[in-house]
Amino acid sequence: MTAKTGWMIDRRSLLAGASATIAAPAVVRAQAKSLKIALMLPRSGFFAQAGQSCYRGALATPKVLSDLGYNIEIVHIDTESSNDVSRTQAEKAINDGAQCVIGAFESGNTIAIAQVCEQRKVPLVCNVASAPQLTSQGYQFLVRNFMTGPGLVTNGLKLVAEVSKAANMEFKTAVFMHSNDTFGTAQGQAMEKIFPTLNMPFKIVESIAYDPKAQDLSVEVTKVRGINPDLLLIVTRAGDAIKLTRDMVRQKFQPKAIMSPGSPGLYDQEFFDAVGPYADGFIYNLPWFNVKSQMTQALEASFKATNPKNRFDLDGFNAGFTFEALLIAADAFKRAGSGDGETLMKAIKATNIKDHVMIGGPIVFNEKGDNPNIGSASIQNIGQKPTVVYPADVAVAKPILPFPAWQGRK
Amino acid sequence: MSLSLYVEVLIQGVLSGLVYGLMALGLSVIFGVVRVVNFAHGEFAVLAMYCAFVLFGLAGVDPIIASLPLAVAFFVLGYAMQRGMVQPFVTRPQHEQFILLVGVALVVTNGLLLVFGPESKHVDLPYSFDSYTLGGVLIDKVRVYGAAAALVATAALFAFFRLTPTGTAIRAAADNLTGAAVVGLDVKRLYAITFGLGLACVGAAGAIMMALTDMTPMLAPSLTLLAFTIVIVGGLGSMTGALAGGLLIGVAEAVASLVVSPAIKSMVSFALLVLVLALRPQGLFGKAES
Repeated sequence: MTAKTGWMIDRRSLLAGASATIAAPAVVRAQAKSLKIALMLPRSGFFAQAGQSCYRGALATPKVLSDLGYNIEIVHIDTESSNDVSRTQAEKAINDGAQCVIGAFESGNTIAIAQVCEQRKVPLVCNVASAPQLTSQGYQFLVRNFMTGPGLVTNGLKLVAEVSKAANMEFKTAVFMHSNDTFGTAQGQAMEKIFPTLNMPFKIVESIAYDPKAQDLSVEVTKVRGINPDLLLIVTRAGDAIKLTRDMVRQKFQPKAIMSPGSPGLYDQEFFDAVGPYADGFIYNLPWFNVKSQMTQALEASFKATNPKNRFDLDGFNAGFTFEALLIAADAFKRAGSGDGETLMKAIKATNIKDHVMIGGPIVFNEKGDNPNIGSASIQNIGQKPTVVYPADVAVAKPILPFPAWQGRK
Repeated sequence: MSLSLYVEVLIQGVLSGLVYGLMALGLSVIFGVVRVVNFAHGEFAVLAMYCAFVLFGLAGVDPIIASLPLAVAFFVLGYAMQRGMVQPFVTRPQHEQFILLVGVALVVTNGLLLVFGPESKHVDLPYSFDSYTLGGVLIDKVRVYGAAAALVATAALFAFFRLTPTGTAIRAAADNLTGAAVVGLDVKRLYAITFGLGLACVGAAGAIMMALTDMTPMLAPSLTLLAFTIVIVGGLGSMTGALAGGLLIGVAEAVASLVVSPAIKSMVSFALLVLVLALRPQGLFGKAES
């Protein structure tokens, strides 16, 4: 008897089972609590290094978000550093069911995606992109959890003055070197406008624009050496930062400080790999991850598990902003309870996340779609490791100035 | 700005120009004899850079030393390529030659992207950051070594064409193809040797450039463009012209960067190109079409 009742199914049970099976997809759909996000990054082409860095952050994100009770599905898309590819891939991703788009590191690519998202009424959360026009052209389906170019320069210059004061270092003259690509030119223009308004304690005696794709920057460095400023201000990406460093070492050019008022390059893996101990001493003022935040520590632990060959301290900037963009989308989806574009966008605009990864106040968005609470810090390469040296509440070391001698670093 | 800085910049221009010249020499030699324009020139230079990178990674061979074995390897590659692929196109219309070599360029670039990825690569040489000081003038050690190697390779090529029977035969075939065939020269073999020599120049120049700069597969088109600019300024098909063009472009870019602005560096080489095309279309050392 026992054996019989153990496997025999009566008609009522069979009917109930069949009904449940037929009804299952609808139930699953109704209960779907996962947001489908298209994460668009330049994982090949000119910005591949940065795109790959953001991607590694995205790989570490699901574990942290899952522990926080969020549920997302990420579709990874390569923009190939191209505006055209960005546009067509955004269209394709939305056609394939993406409810939210995140990206795209580079401003030009992001603008191309923004146009598609606006047309299709799908929210776009910018992880990294500084072109002011992104949030000044009235896009309704776009928010940016990053600083604008002028914001980067303003904060960066203020920190130049503050960090040198903290280190009892005075500069009378500075030379400003910047690449002549889109980003470098925008930063150069912002510098021209903003510098005179800040009452800085030094003069910019020369501004030098250079081609970042040049084979070397030896003549540029010779020119700066001829001027011999106290301070060298630079806006670079990794490739030109490497060439600049090599030529400065070869020409034994040693100013009192070399600082970036807000640009990538000096914290990239590629830069550390190429110049090794000569990476030390550079200071760059940027939004940065808060090493004292618990969420940063959780992200770092997950990053180490998913990217065992990479260093979080070098990827933390890109990984942190990419994580936060995903967090913003996941949090909004949880509050909205829907992936419908307009509903989700309303929830994104109402974001107020107090605990997060990057330095600064709660993540909120103003009427333009910018987060006004992003803070900057001064980071110095010390022992071939990006180290926060200012402001004191987030710093883990004191700034080392004057710039350490090139000689004897091997 | 002191005089020593100007001297320094001039020397840097000459040193860079010698390496540029060697690379462009390959393009000029191939066109001067085989009458085929190698549109995959920059791609082969980048391929040589990756070969030097691999040799350095596997066996610690200095890329400047590696320029010798790579020149030999690229000679063999060029010889085989000419015999197996380019020869049937020698008498075909130029647009067909163009498509063939652009196809080769795409295969090389995408192959490198597949194998090595898009990130830039470099080699850490013990003297990468060193320089010589001569009377207040600083000269990069790595550039001096690179330029010296380029000069040796260029001299060897000139000697080959001037002093060896094969070199003389190649020059004869370049001057009068029908005459060369009539006297019994194996023109196909001479073409293959020439193509091999052209790629040997690229192989050596690429290896030397690996010591000087970082590279990615995407660097190739700019190198092709640079080589074209040099040979057109110097005179397409002229070996002396390629060398002089390289030096001229190297020095002009360096001096313009110092005196005017570094941002106009590339513009200067193209301005030179336009000027030469307008005033002397055959190039500085080229022969005018009769």
